[in-house]
Amino acid sequence: MSRISEVFAKLKSKRRGGFVPFITAGDPDLSVTEELLRELAGSGADIIEVGIPFSDPVADGPVIQRASERALERGTNLKSVLECIAAAKRRTDVPIVLFSYYNPLLQFGLEQLATAAPLAGVDAILVTDLIPEEAGTWTPLLAANNLDPIFLVAPTTSEDRLKLIAHQARGFVYAVSRTGVTGAREDINENAESLVRRIRGVTPLPVAVGFGVSTPAQVHEVWRYADAAVVGSAIVSEIERLSGDGDLVRKVGQFARNLTQ
Amino acid sequence: MQKNDDRLVSEPDATGHWGNYGGRYVPETLVAPLDELTREFMRARSDSSFAHEFEQLLRDFSGRPTPLFHAKRLSEHGGGAQIYLKREDLSHTGAHKINNAVGQALLARRMGKQRVIAETGAGQHGVATATVCALFGLKCVVYMGAEDMRRQALNVFRMQLLGAEVVKVDAGTRTLKDAINEALRDWVTNVHDTYYLLGSALGPHPYPLMVREFQRIIGREARAQILEQTGKLPVALVACVGGGSNSIGLFHPFLADKSVRLIGVEAGGRGDSVGEHAARFKSGETSGGGRVGVLQGTMSYVLQDEFGQIARTHSVSAGLDYASIGPEHAYLHDLGRTEYLNAGDEEALEGFKLCARLEGIIPALESAHAILPALRVAGEFTRDDTIIINLSGRGDKDVQLVADLESHKH
Repeated sequence: MSRISEVFAKLKSKRRGGFVPFITAGDPDLSVTEELLRELAGSGADIIEVGIPFSDPVADGPVIQRASERALERGTNLKSVLECIAAAKRRTDVPIVLFSYYNPLLQFGLEQLATAAPLAGVDAILVTDLIPEEAGTWTPLLAANNLDPIFLVAPTTSEDRLKLIAHQARGFVYAVSRTGVTGAREDINENAESLVRRIRGVTPLPVAVGFGVSTPAQVHEVWRYADAAVVGSAIVSEIERLSGDGDLVRKVGQFARNLTQ
Repeated sequence: MQKNDDRLVSEPDATGHWGNYGGRYVPETLVAPLDELTREFMRARSDSSFAHEFEQLLRDFSGRPTPLFHAKRLSEHGGGAQIYLKREDLSHTGAHKINNAVGQALLARRMGKQRVIAETGAGQHGVATATVCALFGLKCVVYMGAEDMRRQALNVFRMQLLGAEVVKVDAGTRTLKDAINEALRDWVTNVHDTYYLLGSALGPHPYPLMVREFQRIIGREARAQILEQTGKLPVALVACVGGGSNSIGLFHPFLADKSVRLIGVEAGGRGDSVGEHAARFKSGETSGGGRVGVLQGTMSYVLQDEFGQIARTHSVSAGLDYASIGPEHAYLHDLGRTEYLNAGDEEALEGFKLCARLEGIIPALESAHAILPALRVAGEFTRDDTIIINLSGRGDKDVQLVADLESHKH
């Protein structure tokens, strides 16, 4: 059983919703990212998604676009992110999902990555712009290296594709709460709940809901029907707001803790 | 008349791959609308009433067929093969972009979409899209990089006159690539009522195939015209390549004519290092050329750094300033069926002036990139041979820019 599956099994036995914060690696720099991973793990994170910055993040709204730009200005790259994760994992065992666009992975080398990622303490990889139809060599490569391939499912996803995705996914299924890019929204679309119901119809895998989840009330609402809530832009926005604050790490930890209260 | 056999047809597989290139590298949300678009396009492709309406509009609204013009003074200047210009600049709105815009607008209407979005680099595709939206009564939003809006202010005003909303994109390099990112973000948000009218032979399947099909009319006409005027096929076709729509449109009907060299001209910009040009096929350690990668939904050659971050590009012409190239070009390049040269900013400006003075035609700066390389190729042949240059657009939009560049020099 993978680390991710263990976490979800434990959540289920405790009848608790999972909390999955997202941060962009290298924002504001990798030493802060390393501290944040440890801090978030101590602030209720069951799993952490680590975003690999990319120059052309088409699925992201302005908050994560700006975070990617800041990280890239600092020279962040996949190799240095893996080193950062490895360092953080010496002090915490929270499961890590790499969240990336395809091209940085492709240029790193897919086979090299499949070997290097588990050594650094990565448990799963989600590629925003890699759909199962294009992941023919990628998915088995991950499986062979004990990495869970995570796929997105959207409100527009057809029944046939739901099955196809569920068949290739391991660990959990990531349900996109609405059509659109990442970023905080006032309401979680009611589509999210019906999407989760549809996913439950085709797979026993746990379901995490993300895109737009940004307040404690929304986290609790998601927990009502899904196994975990992913919060990205709200946390990244807080990191941006606290730029230059010597107490950034602790304050972001507090912000994360509040999200689950 | 020589027979055009179809042994080399260059068709993608059912999921839009030419060999390893092409495909669909998109967020999951876009798969359903891309599937819907593919179905509708495939249906339209085999529907004679669609073809009829498409051709009728290109004739009556856009003014096709465009002439194939024997450029005698340019030929004399080159001192080799006779130069013929395919006059896409005479199309309505002043460039080949209208062919694709008409085709896709017809599709949008068939699909019942009321809102059309588009990206634009030089502004030609934006103008073409705004034009067909006005014609069909569709709401139109065009994304354009801030840098391109500065370079092509006239086209911005043209789009607004045609009733389109032009949205300035301030992200990244503020050029075509960033405009495409914003258009994709809009589409992913508004998939239910919005049609994305992509302007070049790139992006996720079915766009590279679909745009090529709508642009093939250029090559079909040119092939018939050169045979009619000269009785034989040309030795070469030369066209500028940004995303690659005018070139693939000209080349494709000649693919099976093995004797015809198909030559694309990329933007050589102002130097060899990364960021100084947009020549994806430039090779060599220090060329700053591209490697295979994924950008904006498709696998192709991409200008990028060692970590897979997309590189900055430079060209004097906004329409060639793109970090990747259509996947079918990548496929034909690897097969050796097409060749790629590049022309720098200075060469493009020289071609621009040469064409104006010798032929009385002011070409778009994009198209001007093809002129000097074509004359060099012409020099390898005799006066009995012919070469077709695709004059993909007219240069009115560039006159101010060229005037500014000239005044800086003096």
